Amino acid sequence: MNVFFHVGRYVAFLVKVFSRPEKHTIWIRQFFKEVQKLGLSSTGIIILVSLFIGAAITIQMAYNITSPLVPDYVISLTTRDTMLLEFSSTIISLVLAGKVGSNVASEIGSMRVNEQIDALEIMGINSSSFLVLPKILAFVFFIPFLVIISMFVGIGGGWLSTVFMNVITPQDYIEGIQLAFIPYYVTYSIIKSLVFAFLIVTISAYQGYYVSGGALEVGKASTKAVVYSIVMVLLFDLILTKLLLS
Amino acid sequence: MIEVRQVNKIFNDRPVLIDVCATFESGKVNMVIGKSGSGKTVLLKSLVGLHSIDTGQIFFDGRDFHTLKQKERIEIRKEVGMLFQGGALFDSSTIEENVMFPLDMFTNDTQQEKLKRVNFCLERVNLHGINDLYPSELSGGMQKRAAIARAIALNPKYLFCDEPNSGLDPQTAIVIDNLIKEITYDFGITTVVNTHDLNSVLSVSDTIVFIYEGRSWWNGTKERMLTTDNQELNEFLFSSEIMRRIKT
Ligand SMILES: Nc1ncnc2c1ncn2[C@@H]1O[C@H](COP(=O)(O)OP(=O)(O)OP(=O)(O)O)[C@@H](O)[C@H]1O
Ligand SMILES: [Mg+2]
Repeated sequence: MNVFFHVGRYVAFLVKVFSRPEKHTIWIRQFFKEVQKLGLSSTGIIILVSLFIGAAITIQMAYNITSPLVPDYVISLTTRDTMLLEFSSTIISLVLAGKVGSNVASEIGSMRVNEQIDALEIMGINSSSFLVLPKILAFVFFIPFLVIISMFVGIGGGWLSTVFMNVITPQDYIEGIQLAFIPYYVTYSIIKSLVFAFLIVTISAYQGYYVSGGALEVGKASTKAVVYSIVMVLLFDLILTKLLLS
Repeated sequence: MIEVRQVNKIFNDRPVLIDVCATFESGKVNMVIGKSGSGKTVLLKSLVGLHSIDTGQIFFDGRDFHTLKQKERIEIRKEVGMLFQGGALFDSSTIEENVMFPLDMFTNDTQQEKLKRVNFCLERVNLHGINDLYPSELSGGMQKRAAIARAIALNPKYLFCDEPNSGLDPQTAIVIDNLIKEITYDFGITTVVNTHDLNSVLSVSDTIVFIYEGRSWWNGTKERMLTTDNQELNEFLFSSEIMRRIKT
Protein backbone atom coordinates (compact mmCIF):
# COMPACT_ATOMS: atom_id res chain seq x y z
CA MET A 1 0.00 0.00 0.00
CA ASN A 2 2.81 2.31 1.00
CA VAL A 3 4.54 1.75 -2.33
CA PHE A 4 1.38 2.64 -4.24
CA PHE A 5 0.92 5.76 -2.14
CA HIS A 6 4.42 6.95 -2.95
CA VAL A 7 4.25 6.07 -6.63
CA GLY A 8 0.93 7.89 -6.91
CA ARG A 9 2.18 10.96 -5.12
CA TYR A 10 5.41 10.91 -7.12
CA VAL A 11 3.46 10.93 -10.38
CA ALA A 12 1.17 13.71 -9.14
CA PHE A 13 4.27 15.63 -8.08
CA LEU A 14 5.75 15.29 -11.58
CA VAL A 15 2.55 16.56 -13.14
CA LYS A 16 2.81 19.69 -11.00
CA VAL A 17 6.51 20.05 -11.75
CA PHE A 18 5.96 19.99 -15.50
CA SER A 19 3.74 23.02 -15.77
CA ARG A 20 4.56 26.17 -17.64
CA PRO A 21 6.95 28.52 -15.86
CA GLU A 22 5.50 31.90 -14.87
CA LYS A 23 8.37 34.15 -15.74
CA HIS A 24 10.88 33.17 -18.37
CA THR A 25 13.70 35.52 -17.45
CA ILE A 26 13.79 34.21 -13.88
CA TRP A 27 13.45 30.68 -15.10
CA ILE A 28 16.49 30.94 -17.35
CA ARG A 29 18.51 32.41 -14.50
CA GLN A 30 17.54 29.47 -12.30
CA PHE A 31 18.43 27.03 -15.05
CA PHE A 32 21.99 28.29 -15.38
CA LYS A 33 22.43 28.39 -11.62
CA GLU A 34 21.49 24.72 -11.50
CA VAL A 35 23.74 23.82 -14.43
CA GLN A 36 26.56 25.28 -12.38
CA LYS A 37 25.49 23.71 -9.08
CA LEU A 38 24.54 20.22 -10.22
CA GLY A 39 26.57 19.79 -13.40
CA LEU A 40 29.74 21.84 -13.62
CA SER A 41 30.59 21.37 -9.98
CA SER A 42 30.47 17.59 -10.44
CA THR A 43 33.10 17.59 -13.17
CA GLY A 44 36.03 17.30 -10.76
CA ILE A 45 34.79 14.23 -8.96
CA ILE A 46 33.84 12.56 -12.24
CA ILE A 47 37.32 13.10 -13.67
CA LEU A 48 38.95 11.74 -10.54
CA VAL A 49 36.75 8.64 -10.28
CA SER A 50 37.00 7.87 -14.00
CA LEU A 51 40.76 8.13 -13.94
CA PHE A 52 41.08 5.60 -11.12
CA ILE A 53 38.56 3.16 -12.52
CA GLY A 54 40.02 3.25 -16.04
CA ALA A 55 43.41 2.35 -14.63
CA ALA A 56 41.98 -0.31 -12.33
CA ILE A 57 40.00 -1.97 -15.13
CA THR A 58 43.08 -2.12 -17.35
CA ILE A 59 45.14 -3.76 -14.62
CA GLN A 60 42.36 -6.26 -13.86
CA MET A 61 41.94 -7.15 -17.52
CA ALA A 62 45.66 -7.74 -17.85
CA TYR A 63 45.53 -9.90 -14.74
CA ASN A 64 42.61 -11.96 -16.07
CA ILE A 65 43.79 -12.42 -19.62
CA THR A 66 47.08 -14.23 -19.32
CA SER A 67 46.75 -16.67 -22.21
CA PRO A 68 49.56 -16.28 -24.74
CA LEU A 69 46.96 -16.89 -27.47
CA VAL A 70 45.15 -13.63 -26.73
CA PRO A 71 46.98 -10.56 -28.04
CA ASP A 72 47.65 -7.72 -25.58
CA TYR A 73 45.54 -5.18 -27.42
CA VAL A 74 42.42 -7.11 -26.38
CA ILE A 75 43.03 -5.79 -22.89
CA SER A 76 42.63 -2.15 -23.90
CA LEU A 77 39.76 -2.98 -26.24
CA THR A 78 37.86 -4.53 -23.33
CA THR A 79 38.72 -1.65 -21.07
CA ARG A 80 37.33 0.75 -23.63
CA ASP A 81 34.10 -1.18 -24.06
CA THR A 82 33.59 -1.53 -20.31
CA MET A 83 33.94 2.21 -19.94
CA LEU A 84 31.60 2.95 -22.83
CA LEU A 85 28.93 0.40 -21.95
CA GLU A 86 28.64 0.45 -18.23
CA PHE A 87 31.06 2.55 -16.30
CA SER A 88 30.69 5.99 -17.84
CA SER A 89 26.92 5.89 -17.61
CA THR A 90 25.87 3.66 -14.74
CA ILE A 91 28.70 3.88 -12.24
CA ILE A 92 29.04 7.60 -12.88
CA SER A 93 25.32 7.95 -12.18
CA LEU A 94 25.73 6.11 -8.90
CA VAL A 95 28.44 8.57 -7.90
CA LEU A 96 26.18 11.43 -8.97
CA ALA A 97 23.24 9.94 -7.08
CA GLY A 98 25.31 10.44 -3.96
CA LYS A 99 26.40 13.95 -4.76
CA VAL A 100 23.45 15.45 -6.62
CA GLY A 101 20.75 13.40 -4.89
CA SER A 102 21.73 14.45 -1.40
CA ASN A 103 22.25 18.04 -2.52
CA VAL A 104 18.79 18.29 -4.10
CA ALA A 105 16.97 16.52 -1.28
CA SER A 106 18.60 18.52 1.48
CA GLU A 107 18.17 21.84 -0.27
CA ILE A 108 14.48 21.32 -0.98
CA GLY A 109 13.91 19.58 2.34
CA SER A 110 15.34 22.44 4.34
CA MET A 111 13.30 24.91 2.31
CA ARG A 112 10.25 22.86 3.30
CA VAL A 113 10.93 22.73 7.03
CA ASN A 114 11.93 26.40 7.15
CA GLU A 115 8.60 27.34 5.53
CA GLN A 116 10.37 28.77 2.47
CA ILE A 117 8.21 26.58 0.24
CA ASP A 118 5.11 27.92 2.01
CA ALA A 119 6.48 31.41 1.41
CA LEU A 120 6.66 30.68 -2.33
CA GLU A 121 3.16 29.21 -2.38
CA ILE A 122 1.76 32.20 -0.53
CA MET A 123 3.10 34.46 -3.25
CA GLY A 124 1.06 32.44 -5.71
CA ILE A 125 4.02 30.58 -7.17
CA ASN A 126 3.91 26.90 -8.12
CA SER A 127 6.76 25.95 -5.82
CA SER A 128 7.34 22.46 -7.17
CA SER A 129 7.72 23.65 -10.72
CA PHE A 130 9.72 26.72 -9.74
CA LEU A 131 12.22 24.77 -7.66
CA VAL A 132 12.42 21.41 -9.37
CA LEU A 133 11.96 21.91 -13.11
CA PRO A 134 15.17 23.92 -13.58
CA LYS A 135 17.06 21.24 -11.67
CA ILE A 136 15.69 18.41 -13.82
CA LEU A 137 16.35 20.14 -17.10
CA ALA A 138 19.77 21.42 -16.06
CA PHE A 139 20.98 18.03 -14.93
CA VAL A 140 19.51 16.10 -17.85
CA PHE A 141 21.07 18.66 -20.15
CA PHE A 142 24.49 18.40 -18.55
CA ILE A 143 24.89 14.70 -17.83
CA PRO A 144 25.88 13.72 -21.41
CA PHE A 145 28.90 15.99 -21.08
CA LEU A 146 29.88 14.24 -17.87
CA VAL A 147 29.46 10.87 -19.56
CA ILE A 148 31.67 11.84 -22.47
CA ILE A 149 34.28 13.37 -20.20
CA SER A 150 34.26 10.18 -18.16
CA MET A 151 34.77 8.04 -21.29
CA PHE A 152 37.82 9.99 -22.38
CA VAL A 153 39.34 10.28 -18.93
CA GLY A 154 38.71 6.62 -18.11
CA ILE A 155 40.38 5.42 -21.27
CA GLY A 156 43.16 7.91 -20.55
CA GLY A 157 43.49 6.45 -17.05
CA GLY A 158 44.00 3.02 -18.56
CA TRP A 159 46.72 4.40 -20.77
CA LEU A 160 48.46 6.02 -17.81
CA SER A 161 48.48 2.68 -16.04
CA THR A 162 50.27 1.13 -19.02
CA VAL A 163 52.82 3.93 -19.03
CA PHE A 164 53.57 3.92 -15.32
CA MET A 165 52.73 0.44 -14.12
CA ASN A 166 54.11 -1.77 -16.78
CA VAL A 167 50.86 -3.64 -17.56
CA ILE A 168 51.05 -3.90 -21.33
CA THR A 169 52.96 -1.64 -23.66
CA PRO A 170 51.36 1.74 -24.35
CA GLN A 171 51.60 0.95 -28.08
CA ASP A 172 49.43 -2.16 -27.66
CA TYR A 173 47.00 -0.15 -25.58
CA ILE A 174 46.64 2.54 -28.22
CA GLU A 175 46.20 -0.07 -30.90
CA GLY A 176 43.48 -1.86 -28.91
CA ILE A 177 41.33 1.17 -28.21
CA GLN A 178 41.11 1.88 -31.93
CA LEU A 179 39.96 -1.59 -32.91
CA ALA A 180 36.36 -2.66 -33.55
CA PHE A 181 34.85 0.57 -32.24
CA ILE A 182 31.05 0.53 -32.14
CA PRO A 183 29.64 4.10 -32.02
CA TYR A 184 26.25 2.82 -30.86
CA TYR A 185 27.79 2.05 -27.46
CA VAL A 186 28.18 5.79 -26.92
CA THR A 187 24.60 6.50 -27.95
CA TYR A 188 23.39 3.73 -25.68
CA SER A 189 25.37 5.12 -22.78
CA ILE A 190 24.04 8.63 -23.27
CA ILE A 191 20.44 7.47 -23.53
CA LYS A 192 20.85 5.59 -20.27
CA SER A 193 22.42 8.58 -18.56
CA LEU A 194 19.53 10.86 -19.54
CA VAL A 195 17.09 8.50 -17.85
CA PHE A 196 19.32 8.16 -14.79
CA ALA A 197 19.66 11.93 -14.44
CA PHE A 198 15.90 12.31 -14.57
CA LEU A 199 15.42 9.61 -11.93
CA ILE A 200 18.06 11.02 -9.58
CA VAL A 201 16.73 14.57 -9.57
CA THR A 202 13.03 13.74 -9.44
CA ILE A 203 13.34 11.07 -6.74
CA SER A 204 15.52 13.30 -4.60
CA ALA A 205 13.34 16.35 -5.10
CA TYR A 206 10.29 14.27 -4.20
CA GLN A 207 11.95 13.11 -0.98
CA GLY A 208 12.87 16.67 -0.06
CA TYR A 209 9.55 18.23 -1.03
CA TYR A 210 7.47 16.04 1.24
CA VAL A 211 9.64 16.27 4.35
CA SER A 212 7.84 17.25 7.50
CA GLY A 213 9.49 17.94 10.81
CA GLY A 214 12.95 19.38 11.28
CA ALA A 215 16.63 19.01 10.52
CA LEU A 216 16.63 15.34 11.51
CA GLU A 217 13.95 14.53 8.93
CA VAL A 218 15.84 16.46 6.27
CA GLY A 219 18.85 14.25 6.95
CA LYS A 220 16.72 11.13 6.70
CA ALA A 221 15.15 12.34 3.48
CA SER A 222 18.51 12.93 1.91
CA THR A 223 19.66 9.41 2.87
CA LYS A 224 16.48 7.98 1.37
CA ALA A 225 16.98 10.08 -1.74
CA VAL A 226 20.41 8.57 -2.32
CA VAL A 227 19.36 5.00 -1.57
CA TYR A 228 16.23 5.05 -3.74
CA SER A 229 18.06 6.83 -6.57
CA ILE A 230 20.77 4.17 -6.58
CA VAL A 231 18.27 1.32 -6.55
CA MET A 232 16.24 2.87 -9.37
CA VAL A 233 19.33 3.64 -11.44
CA LEU A 234 20.38 -0.01 -11.24
CA LEU A 235 16.87 -1.26 -11.97
CA PHE A 236 16.62 0.97 -15.03
CA ASP A 237 20.12 -0.05 -16.07
CA LEU A 238 18.81 -3.58 -16.33
CA ILE A 239 15.61 -2.57 -18.13
CA LEU A 240 17.32 -0.27 -20.61
CA THR A 241 20.10 -2.73 -21.33
CA LYS A 242 17.50 -5.35 -22.16
CA LEU A 243 15.63 -2.91 -24.38
CA LEU A 244 18.56 -1.28 -26.14
CA LEU A 245 21.18 -3.99 -26.46
CA SER A 246 19.30 -7.18 -27.28
CA MET B 1 -12.12 42.21 5.68
CA ILE B 2 -11.74 38.47 6.21
CA GLU B 3 -14.55 36.38 7.60
CA VAL B 4 -13.98 32.92 8.96
CA ARG B 5 -17.13 30.82 9.33
CA GLN B 6 -17.38 27.50 11.13
CA VAL B 7 -14.01 26.23 9.99
CA ASN B 8 -13.05 22.68 10.90
CA LYS B 9 -9.69 21.08 10.28
CA ILE B 10 -8.75 17.53 11.16
CA PHE B 11 -5.17 16.17 11.13
CA ASN B 12 -4.94 12.38 11.15
CA ASP B 13 -8.29 11.92 12.93
CA ARG B 14 -7.41 14.64 15.45
CA PRO B 15 -9.51 17.81 15.24
CA VAL B 16 -7.19 20.84 15.38
CA LEU B 17 -9.71 23.54 14.48
CA ILE B 18 -13.31 23.14 15.65
CA ASP B 19 -16.07 25.45 14.40
CA VAL B 20 -13.74 28.44 14.36
CA CYS B 21 -15.46 31.76 13.62
CA ALA B 22 -13.73 35.11 13.42
CA THR B 23 -13.86 38.44 11.66
CA PHE B 24 -10.67 40.29 10.76
CA GLU B 25 -11.32 43.91 9.88
CA SER B 26 -9.44 46.01 7.34
CA GLY B 27 -7.13 48.77 8.49
CA LYS B 28 -6.87 47.11 11.88
CA VAL B 29 -4.47 44.86 13.71
CA ASN B 30 -6.46 41.73 14.43
CA MET B 31 -4.79 39.46 16.93
CA VAL B 32 -5.20 35.74 17.43
CA ILE B 33 -4.05 34.61 20.85
CA GLY B 34 -3.87 31.23 22.51
CA LYS B 35 -1.60 28.71 24.13
CA SER B 36 1.16 26.95 22.22
CA GLY B 37 -0.44 24.15 20.25
CA SER B 38 -3.94 25.65 20.34
CA GLY B 39 -4.05 25.89 16.53
CA LYS B 40 -3.05 29.45 15.70
CA THR B 41 -0.55 28.59 12.98
CA VAL B 42 -2.91 26.05 11.45
CA LEU B 43 -5.67 28.68 11.38
CA LEU B 44 -3.42 31.23 9.70
CA LYS B 45 -2.20 28.74 7.11
CA SER B 46 -5.76 27.55 6.48
CA LEU B 47 -6.82 31.10 5.67
CA VAL B 48 -4.69 31.07 2.54
CA GLY B 49 -4.99 27.41 1.66
CA LEU B 50 -1.56 26.23 2.78
CA HIS B 51 -3.69 23.75 4.71
CA SER B 52 -6.96 22.59 3.20
CA ILE B 53 -9.95 22.82 5.51
CA ASP B 54 -12.49 20.06 6.05
CA THR B 55 -15.61 22.19 6.41
CA GLY B 56 -16.42 25.87 6.69
CA GLN B 57 -15.91 29.03 4.68
CA ILE B 58 -13.34 31.78 4.53
CA PHE B 59 -14.28 35.04 2.79
CA PHE B 60 -11.72 37.54 1.53
CA ASP B 61 -13.84 40.65 1.03
CA GLY B 62 -16.73 38.45 0.01
CA ARG B 63 -14.73 35.94 -2.04
CA ASP B 64 -15.05 32.42 -0.64
CA PHE B 65 -11.43 31.29 -0.87
CA HIS B 66 -11.86 27.55 -0.66
CA THR B 67 -14.46 27.33 -3.43
CA LEU B 68 -12.40 29.41 -5.86
CA LYS B 69 -10.56 27.89 -8.79
CA GLN B 70 -6.79 27.54 -8.50
CA LYS B 71 -6.28 30.51 -10.78
CA GLU B 72 -8.51 32.81 -8.72
CA ARG B 73 -6.85 31.64 -5.53
CA ILE B 74 -3.50 32.64 -6.94
CA GLU B 75 -4.93 36.12 -7.56
CA ILE B 76 -5.86 36.38 -3.88
CA ARG B 77 -2.49 35.04 -2.80
CA LYS B 78 -0.81 37.81 -4.71
CA GLU B 79 -2.67 40.24 -2.45
CA VAL B 80 -1.37 38.49 0.64
CA GLY B 81 1.88 39.18 2.46
CA MET B 82 2.88 36.66 5.06
CA LEU B 83 5.45 36.70 7.81
CA PHE B 84 6.25 33.16 8.89
CA GLN B 85 7.11 32.05 12.39
CA GLY B 86 10.75 31.52 11.40
CA GLY B 87 11.02 34.34 8.85
CA ALA B 88 11.35 31.94 5.89
CA LEU B 89 13.79 34.10 3.97
CA PHE B 90 15.37 32.26 1.05
CA ASP B 91 18.76 31.43 2.48
CA SER B 92 20.61 31.11 -0.80
CA SER B 93 19.67 34.67 -1.78
CA THR B 94 20.82 37.99 -0.37
CA ILE B 95 18.45 40.27 1.52
CA GLU B 96 18.08 42.46 -1.55
CA GLU B 97 17.25 39.46 -3.75
CA ASN B 98 14.80 38.24 -1.13
CA VAL B 99 12.86 41.48 -1.02
CA MET B 100 13.09 41.89 -4.78
CA PHE B 101 11.86 38.37 -5.43
CA PRO B 102 8.10 39.10 -5.45
CA LEU B 103 8.77 42.12 -7.66
CA ASP B 104 10.79 40.00 -10.07
CA MET B 105 8.00 37.46 -10.24
CA PHE B 106 4.98 39.70 -10.53
CA THR B 107 5.93 43.08 -11.95
CA ASN B 108 7.47 44.23 -15.18
CA ASP B 109 9.32 47.11 -13.56
CA THR B 110 12.85 47.99 -14.58
CA GLN B 111 15.73 46.96 -12.34
CA GLN B 112 16.04 50.56 -11.17
CA GLU B 113 12.37 50.83 -10.17
CA LYS B 114 12.55 47.52 -8.34
CA LEU B 115 15.68 48.54 -6.49
CA LYS B 116 13.97 51.75 -5.42
CA ARG B 117 11.04 49.80 -4.06
CA VAL B 118 13.34 47.34 -2.27
CA ASN B 119 15.22 50.16 -0.59
CA PHE B 120 11.96 51.83 0.36
CA CYS B 121 10.72 48.64 2.02
CA LEU B 122 14.01 48.04 3.81
CA GLU B 123 14.01 51.65 4.95
CA ARG B 124 10.48 51.14 6.24
CA VAL B 125 11.69 48.37 8.55
CA ASN B 126 14.81 50.31 9.57
CA LEU B 127 17.33 48.17 7.79
CA HIS B 128 20.02 50.01 5.86
CA GLY B 129 23.19 48.90 4.17
CA ILE B 130 22.53 45.19 4.48
CA ASN B 131 21.35 44.63 0.92
CA ASP B 132 24.18 42.26 0.09
CA LEU B 133 24.18 40.19 3.26
CA TYR B 134 22.70 36.71 3.44
CA PRO B 135 19.93 35.86 5.93
CA SER B 136 22.31 33.74 8.00
CA GLU B 137 24.45 36.82 8.56
CA LEU B 138 21.60 38.72 10.26
CA SER B 139 20.33 38.50 13.82
CA GLY B 140 16.91 36.98 14.47
CA GLY B 141 15.24 40.36 14.81
CA MET B 142 16.82 41.67 11.63
CA GLN B 143 15.68 38.57 9.77
CA LYS B 144 12.13 39.15 10.98
CA ARG B 145 12.28 42.74 9.77
CA ALA B 146 13.70 41.72 6.41
CA ALA B 147 10.88 39.21 6.13
CA ILE B 148 8.38 41.99 6.81
CA ALA B 149 10.02 44.04 4.08
CA ARG B 150 9.54 41.16 1.65
CA ALA B 151 5.94 40.68 2.78
CA ILE B 152 5.06 44.31 2.03
CA ALA B 153 7.02 44.60 -1.22
CA LEU B 154 3.93 44.19 -3.38
CA ASN B 155 1.64 46.41 -1.27
CA PRO B 156 -0.48 43.58 0.11
CA LYS B 157 -4.14 44.01 1.00
CA TYR B 158 -3.83 41.33 3.64
CA LEU B 159 -0.88 40.82 5.97
CA PHE B 160 -0.51 37.68 8.07
CA CYS B 161 2.11 37.49 10.79
CA ASP B 162 2.85 34.32 12.70
CA GLU B 163 4.42 35.17 16.04
CA PRO B 164 6.29 38.20 14.70
CA ASN B 165 8.21 38.73 17.91
CA SER B 166 8.81 35.27 19.30
CA GLY B 167 12.41 34.91 20.36
CA LEU B 168 13.07 38.65 20.42
CA ASP B 169 13.98 40.85 23.35
CA PRO B 170 11.15 43.10 24.65
CA GLN B 171 12.54 46.26 23.04
CA THR B 172 12.99 44.76 19.59
CA ALA B 173 9.59 43.13 19.98
CA ILE B 174 8.02 46.55 20.49
CA VAL B 175 9.80 47.90 17.42
CA ILE B 176 8.34 45.10 15.31
CA ASP B 177 4.88 45.48 16.82
CA ASN B 178 4.83 49.19 16.12
CA LEU B 179 6.08 48.57 12.64
CA ILE B 180 3.23 46.18 11.90
CA LYS B 181 0.75 48.64 13.35
CA GLU B 182 2.07 51.58 11.31
CA ILE B 183 2.06 49.61 8.10
CA THR B 184 -1.46 48.44 8.76
CA TYR B 185 -2.76 51.96 9.36
CA ASP B 186 -0.73 53.60 6.61
CA PHE B 187 -1.90 51.26 3.90
CA GLY B 188 -5.28 50.17 5.26
CA ILE B 189 -4.21 46.53 5.32
CA THR B 190 -6.23 43.72 6.89
CA THR B 191 -3.64 42.44 9.32
CA VAL B 192 -3.87 39.21 11.28
CA VAL B 193 -1.24 38.57 13.94
CA ASN B 194 -0.74 35.34 15.86
CA THR B 195 0.89 35.78 19.20
CA HIS B 196 1.11 34.62 22.77
CA ASP B 197 2.93 37.77 23.77
CA LEU B 198 0.56 39.77 25.94
CA ASN B 199 2.72 42.84 25.65
CA SER B 200 1.93 43.08 21.95
CA VAL B 201 -1.72 42.37 22.56
CA LEU B 202 -1.98 45.22 25.02
CA SER B 203 0.04 47.65 22.94
CA VAL B 204 -1.08 47.21 19.36
CA SER B 205 -4.21 45.04 19.04
CA ASP B 206 -7.49 46.44 17.74
CA THR B 207 -9.48 43.21 17.87
CA ILE B 208 -8.69 39.93 19.63
CA VAL B 209 -9.73 36.33 19.07
CA PHE B 210 -8.81 33.83 21.75
CA ILE B 211 -8.34 30.28 20.49
CA TYR B 212 -8.73 27.57 23.10
CA GLU B 213 -8.07 23.95 22.16
CA GLY B 214 -8.94 24.61 18.55
CA ARG B 215 -12.11 26.60 19.23
CA SER B 216 -12.66 30.35 18.91
CA TRP B 217 -13.43 30.75 22.57
CA TRP B 218 -13.71 34.50 23.04
CA ASN B 219 -13.42 37.67 20.98
CA GLY B 220 -13.38 41.37 21.77
CA THR B 221 -11.03 44.26 22.46
CA LYS B 222 -8.11 44.60 24.86
CA GLU B 223 -10.13 46.72 27.27
CA ARG B 224 -12.82 44.07 27.50
CA MET B 225 -10.21 41.34 27.69
CA LEU B 226 -8.79 42.66 30.94
CA THR B 227 -12.16 42.63 32.66
CA THR B 228 -13.52 39.42 31.20
CA ASP B 229 -14.94 36.73 33.42
CA ASN B 230 -14.25 34.02 30.85
CA GLN B 231 -12.40 31.43 32.93
CA GLU B 232 -10.11 29.93 30.27
CA LEU B 233 -9.13 33.35 28.98
CA ASN B 234 -8.36 34.50 32.50
CA GLU B 235 -6.21 31.45 33.10
CA PHE B 236 -4.32 32.16 29.87
CA LEU B 237 -3.88 35.85 30.62
CA PHE B 238 -3.05 35.75 34.26
CA SER B 239 -0.76 32.77 34.35
CA SER B 240 2.22 35.06 34.80
CA GLU B 241 3.12 36.90 37.93
CA ILE B 242 3.36 40.27 36.21
CA MET B 243 -0.13 40.01 34.76
CA ARG B 244 -1.58 38.98 38.10
CA ARG B 245 -0.09 42.14 39.57
CA ILE B 246 -1.63 44.23 36.80
CA LYS B 247 -5.00 42.68 37.53
CA THR B 248 -4.99 43.56 41.23
N1 LIG C 1 1.14 19.31 9.47
C1 LIG C 1 0.57 18.85 10.61
N2 LIG C 1 0.22 17.55 10.73
C2 LIG C 1 -0.35 17.08 11.84
N3 LIG C 1 -0.63 17.82 12.92
C3 LIG C 1 -0.30 19.13 12.87
C4 LIG C 1 0.31 19.72 11.72
N4 LIG C 1 0.50 21.03 11.95
C5 LIG C 1 0.05 21.24 13.20
N5 LIG C 1 -0.46 20.12 13.76
C6 LIG C 1 -1.05 20.01 15.10
O1 LIG C 1 -2.00 21.02 15.24
C7 LIG C 1 -1.97 21.55 16.56
C8 LIG C 1 -1.91 23.06 16.49
O2 LIG C 1 -0.65 23.45 15.99
P1 LIG C 1 -0.27 24.94 15.69
O3 LIG C 1 1.05 24.90 15.04
O4 LIG C 1 -1.37 25.61 15.01
O5 LIG C 1 -0.13 25.54 17.15
P2 LIG C 1 0.16 27.05 17.52
O6 LIG C 1 -1.03 27.55 18.23
O7 LIG C 1 0.64 27.79 16.34
O8 LIG C 1 1.35 26.85 18.57
P3 LIG C 1 2.67 27.75 18.76
O9 LIG C 1 2.25 28.92 19.55
O10 LIG C 1 3.57 26.85 19.53
O11 LIG C 1 3.20 28.08 17.41
C9 LIG C 1 -0.77 20.94 17.25
O12 LIG C 1 -1.24 20.02 18.20
C10 LIG C 1 -0.01 20.24 16.17
O13 LIG C 1 0.48 19.03 16.65
MG1 LIG D 1 2.45 28.59 15.71
